[in-house]
Amino acid sequence: MVDVSERPYLRFQRNTDEGDQQLKPRSEVTAAELLREVGAVLRMSEAEAAELGGIPDDPDDDQTMIINMGPQHPSTHGVLRLMLELRGEEVLRCKPIIGYLHTGMEKTGEQLTYVQGGTNVTRMDYLSPFANELVFSMATEKLLGIDGDIPERATWIRMLMAELNRMSSHLLFMATNGMDIGAVSMMIYGWREREEVLRFFQEVSGLRMNHNYIRPGGVAADLPPGWRDGVLRLLDLIPPRLDEYDILMTGQPIWRERLQGVGVITPTEAIALGATGPILRSTGVEWDLRRDQPYLRYDDLEFDVVVGSYGDAFDRYAIRLAEIRESMRLVRQILEAMPPGDYRIQDKKVTPPPRARIDESMEALIHHFKLFTEGFKVPEGETYVAIEGPRGELGCYIVSDGSANPYRIHMRDPSFVNIQCLPHMMRGGLVADAVAIISSVDPVLGGVDR
Amino acid sequence: MSAVTVESHGQVVVFPSREEYLEVVKSLVDEGYTACSDLTGVDYLTHGGRELPDGIGAERFEVVVNLLDMQQRRRIRVRVQVPAEEPSLPTLFDLYPGTEAMEREVFDMFGIAFEGHPDLTRILMPEDWDGHPLRKDYEIGAIPVQFKGANA
Repeated sequence: MVDVSERPYLRFQRNTDEGDQQLKPRSEVTAAELLREVGAVLRMSEAEAAELGGIPDDPDDDQTMIINMGPQHPSTHGVLRLMLELRGEEVLRCKPIIGYLHTGMEKTGEQLTYVQGGTNVTRMDYLSPFANELVFSMATEKLLGIDGDIPERATWIRMLMAELNRMSSHLLFMATNGMDIGAVSMMIYGWREREEVLRFFQEVSGLRMNHNYIRPGGVAADLPPGWRDGVLRLLDLIPPRLDEYDILMTGQPIWRERLQGVGVITPTEAIALGATGPILRSTGVEWDLRRDQPYLRYDDLEFDVVVGSYGDAFDRYAIRLAEIRESMRLVRQILEAMPPGDYRIQDKKVTPPPRARIDESMEALIHHFKLFTEGFKVPEGETYVAIEGPRGELGCYIVSDGSANPYRIHMRDPSFVNIQCLPHMMRGGLVADAVAIISSVDPVLGGVDR
Repeated sequence: MSAVTVESHGQVVVFPSREEYLEVVKSLVDEGYTACSDLTGVDYLTHGGRELPDGIGAERFEVVVNLLDMQQRRRIRVRVQVPAEEPSLPTLFDLYPGTEAMEREVFDMFGIAFEGHPDLTRILMPEDWDGHPLRKDYEIGAIPVQFKGANA
């Protein structure tokens, strides 16, 4: 073991102050820096660069100003701070500054066992807890080598919860998007429908959010009696409400005026920037990991990958609305296909003994105790697993050193990458549209900062 | 391509040396890996010893890049060794502009400098923070709490 008291990182002290995170005034940046800042490689054409270069550099004659939007702003979805350079109402440059919600969850993950890990990852992107737990469990199972032995019922329960989670996440998007654009009553409606889905989550896992329900080896508990009625109730309740959304928003001239042609991004740009999920699909790229790199049993189900054609904020709204309907279609199929059987793998290594056995068997009690205090050891190795979360590719990279804790756990959160599209989408737009654009990216800062 | 390629849990992994890194990634772009889905780092300081293919000397840090080919629906992972004495790598920003934030995160968390990165500053930690939290020798709970601009 290395003596940690040495603090060898102090040698790299010079690296720790490389400069400001903030957007510098135009008078302090050179043209070359300016080009790189907005991404000369791709994000700006030569003509646009020339036009930007034509803006006077003289600070006395400067017609631009730099303002902060956030971190405490009702429309920045958490604590996102944007620095905007404005010329009048026009946004010239934009820089997202993040980290206000950083709590070192990847570091925390190194201190927790694989048994405890689910409670940590589920809190990262707090609007898609099941997706986080799912990808963490899948990565752990891959390292354990049991990814092929997960019981059918567990797999289908996982799919059911993942799709319901997509619905609840997109329903919340409907609420916040409506609120950001000014359809404030929409906020109440979206939240109301999401709450219905969360109520079902509570029936199944005991918690509305941060469930720790999907665990390595299966799920924590079987679906409760009467779960079918709960799902059917949702499937009856939500479609008419979505039709109401269509009346309230989709067909509304004001709504369309606010979103169409706003925050446009092209397929090339989206791919280069690493954008995934509804942002990528809004540009017309058909890419959905559920279909293109199927995991669980998605290849047995029938669903459509919804794509847009203009890459604007309206497409992203419409895609999410359509994805709620597609998810309901999937849930309906899952409901019919749900097989009987075990909800977790009967592998003594990862599965605790049933509660009843603990009362009658000393071995079971010891086994239970050891599993929850020490966890289980995972063979040395590393793996990357990706699934389609509500916001795009949700990846989990785990390095194991053979102990019961992950040596390194990294979550590739879609929001973190998608947020890089903001400067590009905003450039040349209006401040008023900035709010619509942030909203259409649908970032969750818990996932961005981790 | 001279770099060693192995398979890990059904996933293809390439081990280029630090000098080959940029060349290897460039050739992967030409092969169709048009998207970079993830870039992250690992500090192997306290790891008991990992399995590496022959000819690859273990260094303290590793930068892990996950690339995606959407046409042929395949993934590849690039693992490059970065020595502790000189923690730096060329940036992938010119090939994948989307790595900008990811490289900043690796810089912030591990102190690995990416040469040619347009804006290599801390991204998650405050800009005047000391040390790099995800390093294995970063003392948890043993550092003074840092406040910006406080009158101490």
